[in-house]
Amino acid sequence: MFKLLKKIFLVDLFQGLRVTFRNQNPKYIYTEQYPAERPQVAERYRGAPRLNNNPDNGETLCIACNLCALACPENLIVVGSERNEATRRKELTYFTYDTSRCMFCGLCEDACPVDALELTQDFELATYTREGQVWDRQMLEEGPKPTQYKC
Amino acid sequence: MPDATFLDSTELVLNMGPQHPSTHGVLRVILKLDGEKVLGTDCVIGYLHRGVEKIAENRTYAQFNPYVDRMDYVAAISNGLGYCLAVEKLLNVEAPPRAQVVRVILTELNRIASHLLWLGTHALDIGAITPVFYCLREREEALKIFEKYCGARLTTHAFRIGGLLYETYEGFEREVRDFCKMFVPKVDEYEELLTNNRIWKARLIGVGILSAEECKEYGVTGPVLRAAGVKWDLRKAQPYSGYEKYDFEIPTRANGDTYDRYVVRMQEMRQAVRIMEQAVEAIPEGPIMGKVGKVIKPPVGEAYVSIEAPKGELGYYVVSDGSTQPYRCRVRPPSFVNLQALDRMIRGGLVADVVAVIGTLDIVLGEIDR
Repeated sequence: MFKLLKKIFLVDLFQGLRVTFRNQNPKYIYTEQYPAERPQVAERYRGAPRLNNNPDNGETLCIACNLCALACPENLIVVGSERNEATRRKELTYFTYDTSRCMFCGLCEDACPVDALELTQDFELATYTREGQVWDRQMLEEGPKPTQYKC
Repeated sequence: MPDATFLDSTELVLNMGPQHPSTHGVLRVILKLDGEKVLGTDCVIGYLHRGVEKIAENRTYAQFNPYVDRMDYVAAISNGLGYCLAVEKLLNVEAPPRAQVVRVILTELNRIASHLLWLGTHALDIGAITPVFYCLREREEALKIFEKYCGARLTTHAFRIGGLLYETYEGFEREVRDFCKMFVPKVDEYEELLTNNRIWKARLIGVGILSAEECKEYGVTGPVLRAAGVKWDLRKAQPYSGYEKYDFEIPTRANGDTYDRYVVRMQEMRQAVRIMEQAVEAIPEGPIMGKVGKVIKPPVGEAYVSIEAPKGELGYYVVSDGSTQPYRCRVRPPSFVNLQALDRMIRGGLVADVVAVIGTLDIVLGEIDR
């Protein structure tokens, strides 16, 4: 009898509806309003690559050791170097990083002995062209400049 | 022209997928129908084939580690754990105790994240729209912990061969505790929405029955096997990564239908919280990386390690020829084996139940096609 009444009065369905209405409270709003409200990604986030410069003199930290290129599973890093006869050191000439093939595993930044190559917190990497995904040294040093929308 | 008359009951062959949203990816099921009744199914897989096992032969052991995350991308951490354990077995090293406990916390958190995604999409397939929003909301909390710990939300690359690369961040333990405290009432909430709901019960009870004997014949593992009443969990049967230290139960049910699989997974989430609560109280101090050289060069040999992934037994078979690259890496994906039972479960059922049965198997096509 009790079971039948429960069935007639749709107790099980109202139980579920109670949960739904409890969650209607505006303080439970969880959605991020993305372009207007930008998420704060974690400190360790592996996003866009960056080639760091020495903050004191603006010279690149990269010593062109090629370890990042060797560590990369996808072989997407190309490091060009030249031997400077005056200082007898290898110097970086060019550095390309193909972000279209990158899976952001972070093995290159682990391999870097001088913390020159780093995966940063920038996460907006969309471009209009395929060529735009291949980043050269200048792009890697400056980082992406996404359009910011204000609403 | 066949000389069929209007009254002939002719069989209808229907393609379901690969773009069908309820096939959870790019599974194509060819259904043979007689009206609403399913006479047989044929699965076409391979739309997401990337040749991961072949890629392994051209990568060093450390370089292959990020690729395993991309097989079962819903449970990337479990995949990483399985691969790391297999290579560690080849190298004959063991992760330090601190690393093992952190690994257990993260894999259990990943189990919850995987089950939450399953619950949301499975309910969505069946017609309950609400749970998916709540499930993804709670999953976000788990993903935030992953992001803070290792810098990525989905394809985490959290573990390294020999232990961990990242030390736990400031406030890791507190956040895991908060998650455990927050999560159990949320499971009650999902159960309130679904467990006694008459539509949910009518759609699930008695659908896609797979008995214990059939499970064993097909080699089905994970919650599908446990819902049929077999108490088999690799965390208890062959403990790895220190699972023998934790007190938890293996939830089982008797009937082996879709509803039972739902109940088993809900119970598993509660048990995962229980393991995490115990583990987070007992994180030992110490190093996080074992004695592994910079260049990983295991001796000639082979190793098979299987772990209990959220979807079932996940096995990694790695063969070394003494070089820096694996000679062969074979993956035993739980989804692939579980999918083989689909035909048995749905034959004779109704076409509307196909969606429910595919959902209840909890397949991920990245893992099936590899």
